[in-house]
Amino acid sequence: MNVLSFLNLVDLLVCAVVLIAAGGAALHRNLLSAVVFAGVASLAVSFLFLRLAAPDVAMTEAAIGAGLSTVIFLIAVRRTQETEEEDR
Amino acid sequence: MGNHEMIGAVVTLVGSVFLFLGALGIVRMPDLYNRMQAGTKATTLGNLMALLGIGIIHPAWLIKLVLIALFVLITNPLSSHALARSARRSGVPLADVTVRDEYEEVLVEKGIEP
Amino acid sequence: MNNPVLILELALVLAGAAALLAVWRLLKGPGPFNRAVAMDVLGLVTMPMMAALALYSGRGIYLDVALVYAVLSFLGVTALARYADRGL
Repeated sequence: MNVLSFLNLVDLLVCAVVLIAAGGAALHRNLLSAVVFAGVASLAVSFLFLRLAAPDVAMTEAAIGAGLSTVIFLIAVRRTQETEEEDR
Repeated sequence: MGNHEMIGAVVTLVGSVFLFLGALGIVRMPDLYNRMQAGTKATTLGNLMALLGIGIIHPAWLIKLVLIALFVLITNPLSSHALARSARRSGVPLADVTVRDEYEEVLVEKGIEP
Repeated sequence: MNNPVLILELALVLAGAAALLAVWRLLKGPGPFNRAVAMDVLGLVTMPMMAALALYSGRGIYLDVALVYAVLSFLGVTALARYADRGL
């Protein structure tokens, strides 16, 4: 298989993962799950930046999205409340 | 096409097999703790082997890859331990086939769980 | 089966399949803890994929993204565990 077309297929799959994770983050009732979805979306976007040959942007996205924004979202969730129905 | 490229590719392939089996484990296992067992141990080994294989293929990057592997080796058991502990304490159910749950005695002793 | 590039592509396909299985668990849930495990596995699968991408494109700076992700990805999972345990 040609390397270029193979990597384009990988790009399409990562785009699908970004859509799925962002949709999950927007639609889920349980806010902890939504935080996890947002972290996965950030990871996939970081991989896409890497594929677009922008490693500095990808590095910033990985640091901010995976590390900082998860913690900040969790602090925000703690200040407000989780949803009532918990599906653990 | 040196010999080390072949060795590194094979090591990377074995690591990817471990990654795949770990991911298969988190799909197939019955409850959270078994999933965590498959999904963190096997996947950590696969990650380390794949990074090592790429380091063998390209020896100039070996130091940086070993650094990544070291961080994974330190931080991943830490986070999975914290996750398992907090999941058990906040009452995530165990599978029906569970034989023995030793942490339950501690939880009952501390009065967290009746 | 004598070509290192072919073996590396097979390894990349296996890692991509692992990522898709982890995404399936992320969607299925149930609850934030299973999704956090899936996020952990996704991070661990993505790091070798980033390293393989660095190998394909020949740019060593791509490894720095994987390094940043390795340092920071545990922060999100640990913060989630701390939050669920005793409220951050």
